[in-house]
Amino acid sequence: MVNTKYLIIGSSHAGLSAAEEIRVHDHEGSLVMVTMENTLPYSPTVLPYIVSGKVTADQVVLREEKDFREKKIRFLREKIVTSVDAGTCEASLSDGERIRYEKLLIATGAEPVTPQVDNLHNVPFLELRTMTDALRHREALQKAKRCIVMGTGLVGMHAAENFVQKGLQVQVVRARAKKNPRILPNYFDGECAGIIQDVFESHGVDFHLTNHAVRVTHEKGEILVTLHDGGELRADMLLVCTGMRPRTEFLTTGDVEIDQGILVNSRMKTSVDNIWAAGDVAQGDDFFGSAKILNAILPDAVLQGKISGADMAGGRLDQDYEGGISMNTFNFFGNRAFSVGMHSVREGSDPTSVDKTVLPSARVYQKMIFEGDVLVGVSAINTDLDPGIVMNLIKARAALKDERAELVSNPVHVSRRLMWKLWR
Amino acid sequence: MEALAIDRLRQLADQGRRTGQLGKAFKTIEVIPGLCDGCGECVNACIQAKGVNRPIQSRIKPLKDLKEPFFAPTICLQCGDPACVPVCPADALNKNPETGVIEWDETKCVNCLLCTLACPYGGIVYDPVDAHVIKCDQCGGDPACVKACKPGALIYRQESEIFNRIGDLEDLFVANSCCQGCNTEILMRHVLRRVGPNTVLAAPPGCVPGVGTVGVNGLTCTKIPSFHPLLTNTAAMLAGAKRYYTRIGRDVTMLALAGDGGAADVGFQSLSGAAERGERMIFVCIDNEGYMNTGTQRSGTTPFGAWTSTTPVGSVLRGKTRDQKYMPLIMVMHKCEYVATASVAFMKDFYDKLDKAIEAEKRGMAYLHVFSPCASGWRFDPSMTIEVQRMAVKTNMFPLWEYNNAEGRIRFTQVIDNPLPLERYLSLVGKFRHLNREEIAHIQKNTTERLDLLKSLSLAPEEKRNVVQEQGPPHERPRSQMPPDQTNP
Repeated sequence: MVNTKYLIIGSSHAGLSAAEEIRVHDHEGSLVMVTMENTLPYSPTVLPYIVSGKVTADQVVLREEKDFREKKIRFLREKIVTSVDAGTCEASLSDGERIRYEKLLIATGAEPVTPQVDNLHNVPFLELRTMTDALRHREALQKAKRCIVMGTGLVGMHAAENFVQKGLQVQVVRARAKKNPRILPNYFDGECAGIIQDVFESHGVDFHLTNHAVRVTHEKGEILVTLHDGGELRADMLLVCTGMRPRTEFLTTGDVEIDQGILVNSRMKTSVDNIWAAGDVAQGDDFFGSAKILNAILPDAVLQGKISGADMAGGRLDQDYEGGISMNTFNFFGNRAFSVGMHSVREGSDPTSVDKTVLPSARVYQKMIFEGDVLVGVSAINTDLDPGIVMNLIKARAALKDERAELVSNPVHVSRRLMWKLWR
Repeated sequence: MEALAIDRLRQLADQGRRTGQLGKAFKTIEVIPGLCDGCGECVNACIQAKGVNRPIQSRIKPLKDLKEPFFAPTICLQCGDPACVPVCPADALNKNPETGVIEWDETKCVNCLLCTLACPYGGIVYDPVDAHVIKCDQCGGDPACVKACKPGALIYRQESEIFNRIGDLEDLFVANSCCQGCNTEILMRHVLRRVGPNTVLAAPPGCVPGVGTVGVNGLTCTKIPSFHPLLTNTAAMLAGAKRYYTRIGRDVTMLALAGDGGAADVGFQSLSGAAERGERMIFVCIDNEGYMNTGTQRSGTTPFGAWTSTTPVGSVLRGKTRDQKYMPLIMVMHKCEYVATASVAFMKDFYDKLDKAIEAEKRGMAYLHVFSPCASGWRFDPSMTIEVQRMAVKTNMFPLWEYNNAEGRIRFTQVIDNPLPLERYLSLVGKFRHLNREEIAHIQKNTTERLDLLKSLSLAPEEKRNVVQEQGPPHERPRSQMPPDQTNP
């Protein structure tokens, strides 16, 4: 039995950020961090680039053993937590060991969801969530000539680009039928996603969006995907990335309230008094509404980790969690896109409160959504807008009044001036 | 317990310094928005320095085409707690612990652009020409943009330099029973930090023993030998101790931390004698303008009009009826090796004077007169301790100067021109709350007269001769050349 003041499950951005924040407030309290991986901490975001060989696994290590020693963190690898007993404050590990904690942070992230496609489980498909996955893909990639990507989210699109640049022939297919399907549906509206899709197509990627996969088979090293309309796709490799779900299966006792993810308050605390959750596993406040949402994105994981770490150590941070805002950056074939906040006007809002500039030929797109005079969403392709400034402008909920028109006509410089005025 | 807590803080600071996260001040490029005229010379200098061709590749970006003219450029602030570094999934951004510059490693960057999303200041941006992010690296310590900026809107400067200077010195004192907002605690801690462990401390009755040098259960709260002379004989006892150490061949610093009672009133005869004999010691007078430790009685340094428990305010009496005794000039007249007025609100100035006092102690007496507002006895909010003394200096109520015997003149060490109105100081302090216009005018007159006297003593010998010839009042002399104000606003 190991006894510790703080136990952190998970060693990616949320866990690391929490551990370091704890050390700001509590230099001595014993701190154990367990990870199921056998590697030093890394970011799941970097995995597509490991696959493509742009960077190597040892280049992108986030912390070394010496960093843990310096911060007096006991870092235990290959420890899978099988259950947590909130009553006795004990976590059980797959190797039979138990850890008793005073305060627990769950930062276990998310795991891939396997879609309901006939016979998929009998086929050697690839997923991308761990370093082991990435290294395996990298090997597979050496031999493969053709690849099918099942899924149209960011992971799938990153992978598709990397595969194309490796010289593979890439086809993208959906796992489920959907009305008006588009790529990157969580971040961009149809028009914007269309521009991005055009770029992918111009690099030879085939999309089968209106025609989802119904069956997958495998013979003599070839993978065969049967489509809804009877068509068939063939490839040497199948990557499935149709979505993620919070990794919570070890919470079986029902003490910690779970919806889609672990429900947390604005200090990242769960329904149990000495358990916190942060990062992709947590379901916290929504910046734009009262619902609890998953907001699985790296900068939010860092922030949530920091807030939970401060709260666990009894420290004060000048901010609570203000609620998740959807955000991402996306760099593809030398083009850059980003999205912060809403990508489409929400129901019940004034549909005319959108300012849009589109130059499809130059692959330039800029859309700003307002509610009243308040900016609530920006998506853009190939503009010089600073995503960070835009995000803080949305977070500030500033009523722009006269400046709204000027912001739309000269967004880069007016948003920078607002930065000077409002928070710099 | 307290010593343990301090050790922890030190450990944390050491660790922070190693990782560059905290505990060290660096030079950065400061932008003064109002001075920028949008000339764009910084952009030309930047693209030239970086060997690129197009303005869009500049790391510094003035604003353009705004309805109301405003040009202040965006540039990386090299944040102390950067938002970009922890969001990098590839460990490509790190703050250099030696230079403070946030460095970007091209070989690791995967071009995810999350840093551009994390930075709230537009400090790291995408360069569409070279297809990667770019940010300011301060040209390795000699930024080209700053040199090119004609209107002076860019300054390459370092704040908090003092922290780098003293951050590694050991704390030798932990207070155990201060009032809230106690200035003596700050003052003692920093004096001992600088003077160092090879010191004997004498603390006559007053707040200094009260807040810690006496300690509990036979232990003191200092890590150096300290003793408690009478109010009357501090300087004499230290002089004796110094002579003894000298005789046995040891070079030990003698330090007195006395209140204004122990220095200017009750303790004066022994101090005056020691000063005149040129005894080697550092004598620090912690002037809280009265006997704050024993119930807020008046002393010789209590200013005119101030409320104390022995100069009450009521229907007849209106606070102290006599003017303040100006002790530091009296010590100048003793021809001490070094005399200075100081305040911990001007920390760099304070440490400079400690340095000089330590130097002067090798030849004779160094006397520091430190202004030390007392939240409990003067009646102000404990959070305002520093602000009160800052205002006392900025209104010339307590001008900061130093006197070096070899030079034979005093020098002002903070700006004395264009003082703030005296009310800015008086209104902060409860003991002056009752003052009417005439009484304030009287304090103003005292302040002006004192400043004139100090100014006349600050003149170089040839300037003094001119004054005699012209018969002009000294305060109409040309403005003194002062170093800039070093404190943070």
